[in-house]
Order: sequence, then structure tokens, then C-alpha cells
Amino acid sequence: MTYIQLSYGDLALPALLVVMDGVLSFVLRLKLEKQLAIATLRMVVQLVLVGYVLTFLFAAVSPLWTALAALIMVLFASREIVARQKRRLPGVWKYGLGAACTLLAAGTVTMFALLTELRPDPWYHPRYALPLLGMILGNTMTGISLGLDVLTNSLVRERAAIEACLALGGTRYQALLPVIRDALRSGFMPIMNSMAAIGLVSLPGMMTGQILAGVEPVDAVKYQLLIMFLIAGGTGLGTLAAVLGGAFLLTDRRHRLRLDRIPAERSL
Amino acid sequence: MLTVSGLKRLQISVSFDLQDGECVALQGPSGVGKTLLLRSIADLDPNEGTVKLDGTLREAMPAPAWRRQVTYLAAEPGWWADIVQEHFTAWDDALLLVKRLGLPDDCGPWPIQRLSTGEKQRLGLVRSLMLQSRVLLLDEPTSALDSESAASVEYLIAERVSNGTSVVWSTHDNAQARRVGSRIFAMRSGGDIEESRP
Repeated sequence: MTYIQLSYGDLALPALLVVMDGVLSFVLRLKLEKQLAIATLRMVVQLVLVGYVLTFLFAAVSPLWTALAALIMVLFASREIVARQKRRLPGVWKYGLGAACTLLAAGTVTMFALLTELRPDPWYHPRYALPLLGMILGNTMTGISLGLDVLTNSLVRERAAIEACLALGGTRYQALLPVIRDALRSGFMPIMNSMAAIGLVSLPGMMTGQILAGVEPVDAVKYQLLIMFLIAGGTGLGTLAAVLGGAFLLTDRRHRLRLDRIPAERSL
Repeated sequence: MLTVSGLKRLQISVSFDLQDGECVALQGPSGVGKTLLLRSIADLDPNEGTVKLDGTLREAMPAPAWRRQVTYLAAEPGWWADIVQEHFTAWDDALLLVKRLGLPDDCGPWPIQRLSTGEKQRLGLVRSLMLQSRVLLLDEPTSALDSESAASVEYLIAERVSNGTSVVWSTHDNAQARRVGSRIFAMRSGGDIEESRP
């Protein structure tokens, strides 16, 4: 395996392209210069830092440090889920549900891949565990945030229909089923779309990365397929858990719809 | 017999008994809490107090079973499917009531969107009546109806009442309250009710 190494100096010329964007924004008065500068700076700092963190982690190969890094990734994912919700869940569940479901789904699927197929030595080797977790996490997060968003919004919009069903003696599961189905469908949609378009419209980043690093395309494809299967499984598991969990939190044991538990931005 | 004692929800605090085969009219200005009271009896909102049907506490049975006995009907009933008859477990049995309330007998396969507000209100009533509940909590059940349709609803409910069903009927129409109610509960802004005879 051979690949063309880059020095930081090699990046100066391509970075001019971002400067070009900035000039465009200035000339056309798009007022994006500041945002663009901040975003570019953030990207550079975050990626360089992550490069050093990963170097340290790969050298350490410690289960403790790897677990800590994984935990931090999950926390950032759950923060991202909350940021994408129009309506939030009550109390500790605002972050808790997203974090628990991403951890459950992405964790389970990553472990499954590490223990059954990839089998690195040791099995928690961060060179395999963290990139795998990262890719699954990103997609699971999208599924969960879409699913929860549709769930809470539909519960508010379909309140009359749900309460009609409850008033007629329906259980909370019967009453919420149409909304739960919609939420799950939305959560599954992005991964299905990307599976359908992959290879034709888009060449996935990980696969192209491996090809650039000198891996045979056919081998890179096998890796990508593995990842896609894992992502599909993680998204399904995570979205299901989050939507059912959300439905459970917004109803109670007396089979009532509890929209009063959605704090702020209520449209009651 | 439905026994409500010390029912509290927000500003509401209410106690009353409702005999089998009795219809009580519930009155009071908008926003005074009539809907809240009816919803609380059906246990659709968190509330405090004791509500019993024939001496059995509602907490002694699952909430869905309670609501099949003590059924709340919203002024604007909701619809969870696209087609009218999908909301009924036995549409053919419901047809008799559908016709009696002056609704077209071919409306079963209609999309919900095609219904007028008044048609929805009557179909919502039919849907609730199909449960054969012991107690009906009707929230302005004729608010969107012309006088002829309202009369057919009043007649149908009176028939149920004479067969032993208990009814709490919330209405803004004083004449209707006197027609349907053997007692009238006037809800006051303090959250309690004042009882009178028509």
C-alpha cells in the first residue's frame, strides 16, 4: 500500500479556494465572510486536534481511553440531536433519550462488527473501533433526530385524532400507532436514500479514502458494504428505540396524551 | 351511578352524583372549564379526586376500560384515518344511527375531508354511541348543527337516557339545557358548580 503524503504546506494552495469563497461573498455582499471564516477555523482546529487525539489513542491502545473517546462522541451526538428538535423532551430526557438510544444502537452495532467480522487484536483497538463508531453514530444520530422531530410535531398536530381514539377506549399504543409509524418512516428514509444512490450518484468518503490510500477498489467496496449494513442496522435500532421511548415519555400509565410535558414552544 | 367527589383540575373543584338514566346539562361561559371538567371525569388529563362508577373506583380498572364505560365526546371530534368507515369497528351496525341523524347512508367510503363540520360532529357522536357506554360526557354535541339535526340528536340521546344511560351535556343554549337536563349545573368562574332545576 502506497499513498501520496501531504504536508501542511501542501494545503496552502487548496485553502485559497476558501479564500476565493470569502472574496465572492464580499463582492456579492452575501455577508457570509465572518461565518465562513469561523466555520473554516473550526474545521481546521477540530480536525488537527482529532488527528493528534487519534494518534495518541492509537499509540495507547487503552480500553479506558478508547471508551472515553467513544463516550465523548456519543455526548456530542446527543447534543446535536437536541439542537435539531423543534420541540424538546421533558427534563433529563431532553439529552438522555438521544444519548441512550445512540449509545445503545451505535454501540451494539459497532461491538457486533468488531467481535464477529473485523476481529482486530485487541478487539477494542481504537484504529477500528472509533472510525466505525463515528460513521455509525453520524447516521444513527440523523435517524433519531428525524424520528423524534416527526414524533413530537405529529403528536401536537394530531392531538384531536389521538385523543378521540383514547376517549373511545383505545390504549396509548393504539392511539399513537399512526404517528409512531410516520416517525419511524422519516427516521429510516435518509439511510434508504443513500443506499439507493450509493455508487451511482455518490462515492462514499470512507471508500474513496481507502482507494486513495492504495486499497484495491474491490476490497474498499467490501468494507463500504460492511459499513452500510452496520449503519442500516444502527439507524433502525436507534430510531425504533428513540421513537418508542419518546412516545412512552409523552403518554402516561393512565393512557393519557401528555403534551404538557413538552416544555416551551408549546402550541396548546 | 357515577359519583364525582372532590374532583380537582386547575381551578376546577367539583362534586356531584349522576343517577342511571339521568341527563344533566352543564352550562357556563366559555373558558370557565366545562371541557376540562368533562375531560377530567374521563381521566384524559391528570386530575385529583375520587370518581366512581357504581362504587368502583376508576383507578381500579385500566384507563381504556374506564373510558369505554365513561365516554367523552369532544365538540370537534378527531379522526385518525382517511376514510369515514375506518373509524368504526362495525360500520353496518352504525348505519342505523347514521341514517337517524340525517347523514347520507353512503358516506362510509367517503374521505374525512369531504365532511362538513356538522357531519363530522354527528359522525363523532355515532362513533361514541356505538360503545354503548354507561355514561356519556357530551361537549357541546350540537354546536355545529342546524335546529333540525340538533333535534334529532336530542331525541336520540333522550332515548339512550330512558334506557338507563347517564349523560352530562355541556351546552351554551339555555333552551336546550332546559329541554335535555333534569338538573342544570351552572359552572362558575371560581371552578365550582351551582345546581338548579329547569
